[in-house]
Amino acid sequence: MTDHMPDRPFISVEAIARRFPGARGAPPQVVFDNLHFTIRRGEFVCLIGHSGCGKTTILNILAGLERADSGAIVLGGQEISGPSLDRAVIFQSHALLPWMTAKGNIAFAARARWPNRARAETAAHAQKYLDLVGLAGAEHKKPAHLSGGMKQRVGIARALAVEPKMLLMDEPFSALDALTRGVLQDEVRRLCAATQQTVFMITHDVDEAILLADRIMLMTNGPHAKLAEIVVNTLPRERTRHDIHRHPHYYRIRNHIVDFLIERSRRFAEETAGGGYDPRRPPETRPGIGGPGGDGAPPDIARRSAAASIAIV
Amino acid sequence: MSKPVGWRAALLSLVFFAMLLGVWQIAATPRGGSGPALDPEYAKLIGAAAAVGQKSPFPTPIEVGAKLAEHLADPFYERGTNDRGIGIQLAYSIARVTIGYLLAALVAIPLGFLIGMSPLVYGALNPYIQVLKPISPLAWMPLALYTIKDSALSSIFVIFICSIWPMLINTAFGVASVRREWLNVARTLEVGRMTTAIRVILPAAAPTIMTGMRISIGIAWLVIVAAEMLVGGTGIGYFVWNEWNNLSIGNILTAILLIGVIGMALDQGLGWLARLVAYQE
Repeated sequence: MTDHMPDRPFISVEAIARRFPGARGAPPQVVFDNLHFTIRRGEFVCLIGHSGCGKTTILNILAGLERADSGAIVLGGQEISGPSLDRAVIFQSHALLPWMTAKGNIAFAARARWPNRARAETAAHAQKYLDLVGLAGAEHKKPAHLSGGMKQRVGIARALAVEPKMLLMDEPFSALDALTRGVLQDEVRRLCAATQQTVFMITHDVDEAILLADRIMLMTNGPHAKLAEIVVNTLPRERTRHDIHRHPHYYRIRNHIVDFLIERSRRFAEETAGGGYDPRRPPETRPGIGGPGGDGAPPDIARRSAAASIAIV
Repeated sequence: MSKPVGWRAALLSLVFFAMLLGVWQIAATPRGGSGPALDPEYAKLIGAAAAVGQKSPFPTPIEVGAKLAEHLADPFYERGTNDRGIGIQLAYSIARVTIGYLLAALVAIPLGFLIGMSPLVYGALNPYIQVLKPISPLAWMPLALYTIKDSALSSIFVIFICSIWPMLINTAFGVASVRREWLNVARTLEVGRMTTAIRVILPAAAPTIMTGMRISIGIAWLVIVAAEMLVGGTGIGYFVWNEWNNLSIGNILTAILLIGVIGMALDQGLGWLARLVAYQE
């Protein structure tokens, strides 16, 4: 094996935990603990798991909105101690300020990043990002007068407008209808590829994860949720919603993840009780090229698992 | 199904008004014989009605209308301390309410912000608010007169103390219940505390604060009449009391009508301001 310089991770999550104190001296309720993972610069990482495994908590800790009960997250050699303009958050509920216009919301973020800019310059900057997400013409509309998809576009534009080093997305498309979701997924993919953005995204949607992510992290059910494995997406980087399902890797990856969500996410603790799982180094798998679970399932199984995946959403 | 009711409601309103005037006119028209013959000297001295043992006659709508027209024709005359135009009296009352109310807003809104933002301050001040809030503002009057030693300032203080609570409580509630995610947006944008307060918390809480301000102005306008009846001198409350002493029911009714109209105008003005800061989620 050749000795190569390991490329230093952009973000390193080290042994973070979330516990709730137990009532009357009972042992604390552990949502997750001893969680480790890394994200490389320019990488798109998705986290999939059932409700209650602490996904949003992990994202909030990454954002600096919450603190881990133990452990730390290191970003560029420094521990994350609070929120930062370098880590923009796209909220599930879009979280636009309803008394500001679409453009006003973006300008508010831009002014936070560059407080000394002239008003006109801030306005031009906001307009640029509004155009980027295809909302030219809706500048002066209040969020209440925008559709769900348009609101989330403003949310995306607001996050991108501060030119962050990293995007954190908490199920950004889950409140949207399927058609809008598809369109926005394409846009996010385009925007992130164009800007080489580092992204951490939480999702319930297996197809969304396969379309967008370079690596997909699978979490077991809580309490005591664990990062069971990390699926490396072996589909070509140039993929679209329209051709992705024709690629031979697609169903292997998809089935692997769906199987995990249906079965293994529950049984993982028993499965690994005999050892062989090191939370410090969750295994990376490549089901697309015949890793574990990547047995090239026949189409009827694929269809069945598609139905199953709807059930977990 | 539901047609616009605009003009029909207005028509019905007019019908009710006409009915009210009709009933009033009938009820107020004096009846019966002229009574026993009177010593004209005596009757001149105490009034014809009183001389025969009747009460002062209740004015008819037409008489009240005439009084109203008379007052509105010359609202600002001044013929001595006990004979000032109704406009001047109303202006005194409005000025007292405005000063007391604005002072209360100046204290209540920043303090409410503090209470809403800090659970510690909330916990510390809540017992005081709960005890002070239900005290009738007029109960403060003797204390105010004793310490301030000025009746005009005392009535301003009473307005201050009665209008502070709704504003304080609503501001604190509005600030405390700003959506977590909006605050998180400000936090992830590394917006400073001051900017967050002005650009996020204030607009988010503004409708709730305005509701408090609207309740306060209503209470202040209610209380000023009673306060001025107590302290006397000037103001619409004093005017009402003075006219009671004069047994001029027509003047009292005129004043009551004007108190209602001005109270409505104050409320509508704040309602208009509230619409300016309202937002739709």
